[in-house]
Amino acid sequence: MIRFTHVTKTYPRTGTAVQDVSLHIGKGEFAFLTGASGAGKTTLLRMVYLEERPTVGEVRVSGTSSLDATARDVARLRRKLGIVFQDFRLLENRTAEQNVAFALECTGAAPATIAPRVARVLGQVGLSSKGTAYPRELSGGEQQRVAIARALVNDPFVLLADEPTGNLDDRATRGIFQLLREINAAGTAVLMATHNLELIRRNDFRTIEMNRGSVVYDSAEQAPPQEAMEL
Amino acid sequence: MRSLRDAFITFRRSPLLSALSVTTIAFSLFAFGLFGLVALNIRQALDKLEDRVEIRAFVVEGTPSELVDGATADIESFPEVQSARAITQAEALARAKRELGEFRDVFEGAVLPASIDIKLKPGSRDPATLKRVAARVQAYAFLNDVRYGEEWISKLYRLRNIASITGIVLGLAFAAVSVIIIGTTIRMAVLSRAQEISIMRLVGATDSYIRRPFLLEGFAKGVAGGLLALLLTWFASLLINRYIVETAFFDERTAALGLLFGAMIGLIGSAISVGRHLRSV
Repeated sequence: MIRFTHVTKTYPRTGTAVQDVSLHIGKGEFAFLTGASGAGKTTLLRMVYLEERPTVGEVRVSGTSSLDATARDVARLRRKLGIVFQDFRLLENRTAEQNVAFALECTGAAPATIAPRVARVLGQVGLSSKGTAYPRELSGGEQQRVAIARALVNDPFVLLADEPTGNLDDRATRGIFQLLREINAAGTAVLMATHNLELIRRNDFRTIEMNRGSVVYDSAEQAPPQEAMEL
Repeated sequence: MRSLRDAFITFRRSPLLSALSVTTIAFSLFAFGLFGLVALNIRQALDKLEDRVEIRAFVVEGTPSELVDGATADIESFPEVQSARAITQAEALARAKRELGEFRDVFEGAVLPASIDIKLKPGSRDPATLKRVAARVQAYAFLNDVRYGEEWISKLYRLRNIASITGIVLGLAFAAVSVIIIGTTIRMAVLSRAQEISIMRLVGATDSYIRRPFLLEGFAKGVAGGLLALLLTWFASLLINRYIVETAFFDERTAALGLLFGAMIGLIGSAISVGRHLRSV
């Protein structure tokens, strides 16, 4: 489903961000992507949704290859992915409902189907009663739920989450993580970049650790290194 | 349809920025329009002067009128000639009196020479053609003195050439400034929606989908700016007419072309700004 084959990403000015990474994320899997700041987690995620292309190697996501994907292929691929960020990226001048509907409008969904689909995902993330609220009227955790609802509304096969709990307190973090688990239980793969080692320790999911652009540990392949657990 | 609605919503969501864009487009086109108006009026004034260009061939006294009539018909058949008219001595005197108004009594008892007055076709009134036609007319033995104001026609043409070149250079400069200002204004509109665009791309909107409402918006702003500019130019022309000097205004075709120009600038400015933005994110 997501396959990295000897992927290296080098930027002309800042140097190598990802170094010879090969990994595979399977259908319906839940995986943590961890590592210190600047380890290459975000670059790796950006290569999944083809915002960045590898300098060397290939990223293949659900049949779309980084080697030959056109702009239209990338757009088509992103309709099958859900992406959430630490900073939520909601449109401030639109309500929660409108933010979620926006993802459907942009991708040419039939107008008649938009309202019921929005209501369904807002229900799924526990925000049925807050559809008409603007982002500024919502808490951080609620805003992230809206962002997750927007990511889910196109029924993605994988949810990419880049530090989704980075701006949230413990309680909100638990709530969001529980939601991600439920989404995964319903069949959507989740690839979550996080610094939160507590969260990783408490949950027995696949963990991929990066350091200076390389994958230094992948629980699917080997036992954890000592230092990973001490981070 | 959705793009149209999006473009309209943008107008409604950020009325100040939209109004600013339209006003900027309007003022740059207004400056262009004013310059066009000046160029148009100079051109019309020069055309009017040019309309008065004629060759006058004086007839030797005592030439039989049949010879003069024959030559007149001959000259009228020259391809460059629009009309040739034989003026008798009596007609020449009457004309001189008419043209001199209160000094007409100085012509009492005077004799003025008969002539053939030759008007050239528009497009054949340049110094070279005039000289050529004058030389041919001079070939008639009884037309010994042919005049066409060689010096002032040369000056008129020099002035006309300078006006044309200045017009083209200034026109291009004004157009370039308009495009730059309008492009920048639209870039501001694009940047104000940068987050929206980045989300559109993340959820899988195609570039053409993202581009469409901006293009429509640019087009609409261009048309609105063009209309406003046309109105301002018309108003300015009205004031000039009233307080300074009688001027001509653009005909319908030129006004429509101006509007189309505004729309195209809006469209092209948007296309460039959105294209640059999409390439950079």
